[in-house]
Amino acid sequence: MAQHADAVIQIDQLYKEYLTDAGPVPVLKDVRMNVAAGEFLAIMGPSGSGKSTFMNILGCLDVATSGSYFLNNRDVGNLSKDELAHLRNQVIGFVFQGFNLLPRASIEDNIALPLIYRGTPRSERLKLANQMLTKVGLASHRSSRPNQISGGQQQRVAIARALVNRPRLILADEPTGNLDTATSKEIMALFTELNERDGITIVLVTHESDIAAYAQRLVRLADGRIVYDGPLASAAAPHLESTV
Amino acid sequence: MTAAMLGEAWAAMGANRLRTFLTMLGMVIGVGAVILMLAVGQGAQQQVQASIASMGSNLFIILSGSVTSGGVRMGGGATPTLTLLDAQAIEELPSVAAVAPSSPGTAQMVYGPNNWSTQVIGTTPSFLTVRDWRLEEGFPFTESDIRSATRVALLGKTVAQNLFGDEDPVGKTIRIKNSPYVVLGVLAGKGQSLDGRDQDDTVIVPVTTAQRKLFGSQFVGTVRFIMVQAESAEAMPTVEKSMNELLRQRHRIREGADSDFSVRNLTAVANTAAETAQVMSLMLGAIASVSLLVGGIGIMNIMLVSVTERTREIGIRMAIGACGRDILLQFLLEAIIISVIGCLIGVGLGVGGALIVNKVSGMTVVVTIGSIVMSFVVAATVGIFFGWYPARKAAGMKPIDALRYQ
Repeated sequence: MAQHADAVIQIDQLYKEYLTDAGPVPVLKDVRMNVAAGEFLAIMGPSGSGKSTFMNILGCLDVATSGSYFLNNRDVGNLSKDELAHLRNQVIGFVFQGFNLLPRASIEDNIALPLIYRGTPRSERLKLANQMLTKVGLASHRSSRPNQISGGQQQRVAIARALVNRPRLILADEPTGNLDTATSKEIMALFTELNERDGITIVLVTHESDIAAYAQRLVRLADGRIVYDGPLASAAAPHLESTV
Repeated sequence: MTAAMLGEAWAAMGANRLRTFLTMLGMVIGVGAVILMLAVGQGAQQQVQASIASMGSNLFIILSGSVTSGGVRMGGGATPTLTLLDAQAIEELPSVAAVAPSSPGTAQMVYGPNNWSTQVIGTTPSFLTVRDWRLEEGFPFTESDIRSATRVALLGKTVAQNLFGDEDPVGKTIRIKNSPYVVLGVLAGKGQSLDGRDQDDTVIVPVTTAQRKLFGSQFVGTVRFIMVQAESAEAMPTVEKSMNELLRQRHRIREGADSDFSVRNLTAVANTAAETAQVMSLMLGAIASVSLLVGGIGIMNIMLVSVTERTREIGIRMAIGACGRDILLQFLLEAIIISVIGCLIGVGLGVGGALIVNKVSGMTVVVTIGSIVMSFVVAATVGIFFGWYPARKAAGMKPIDALRYQ
């Protein structure tokens, strides 16, 4: 497989099977996908299409059964658990549907958390965390707890946490799934800004076509295969909505 | 890194204070119990050892034995069969360090307005050597006092206090059974004997004075018992054997007949008491250790619950880059902090409890640095040991499973 200096994700002939009592169940079949640096990509597909599994593999939280996955030009298949953890820490920023903040830690500490695992000293951690807080517009909430702020604000905190290690790639799994329309728009505007201004590659999984509309490129999964991969404009919107 | 993990562990403990406190309580009680029990046990041991030391070392006591008279056996000590000459003969035996023939009795004594009834022992100056008994003030009586049966006395501490109070007894004259005796000296305090008697409630007079002037004697020159000190613990069996042979010969006891005296090895009795105290101390320690173990299991129990409860947190941490070692460290540190802090509080309670026991019951308690260090090390080990399994469980989780956990 050709390696491109500016490729963030290179996937070829990727298969994933889950072993159940009834035998192996294939979830991803012959998936091939390249993502270049600076792209904004949306992955869509109906429930059971394998998009969550795909996302987990992209995020190095799960490993494929066969096929190759190069993240940032490193072959993920050959990495140990600790090396995968290191890669998640250095290269990827995660944004989840349920925010996944630590409920007992302050906003500031939540954002600084990834820095602990790369050994950044405390004063530096807090400095960077506060920079990110300012970036997402929540500087005044630094010592609040997650349950003291709104859902939209919590998702901003999660984005700040994803950004604190200056990742090349942000993986967002249904980031607006728990938010109302207005807040969703704000969050998507923030993603767009990060993509356009800071050049961060964003891969987004969503059900909603108007959320996917913020991306430049669309990948549609159905039954474990990529059925569409191309510019967003040519994908008919009504057709997309019917798959939800 | 470790400092940061320490902070994370501390924060997690602070987030659930009641649970942390209850977990710690197991450790507090365990360590406190170990320290208290060891203090009480070692105190008892020390008391026994002090009693043994106060008795004197390598001691035999020879008591006059039973005499059968017309088919009636008179029982031990009924007839005085031991004499001063027996004592002198024993002194000649090899490996015998000192011999003290003794004739005890009870007498009323008076000094000024005070009077006191106590045990009076008529004996020789070597009694003080045998019993390892020093004089606090004054001088002991001498062989010449024995020869001329002078009326002199050495007072035990309790007697001196009861008769004289704050006054200095040396050189004063007291009356024993209405006869005047000059107080030559006061014996140093010895405290309780192994059977709980006050050893200081005693007056010592020359054996001849006791026999001829104080109590009188059915058979002139007989004594109730003879105390014998061997030169060393190793020589004790030889000395015992040769004394038996000598006395049987002197008392003209035929082959096969019962002796009219009995030789008892006091040191053996004392050693048994010391061993008993040691066993008791070990038992107390062992029982207390069980509570320390239970405390440790409590930690494991809570940590396991905590790991399950925080599965999602573990998943989040792993997703953002924590490797297994980081998670392991965090949970292990939590267990260690709980056990170490619990241990510190436990040490405080144990030492405090020992002091209270001492105050309330007057029991000797000995808190040693050794027992504190030991329980500290044990507590930290228990923390690591019982924290290890839950921490391993947390660290071994798959990030994807942990994240999905509801």
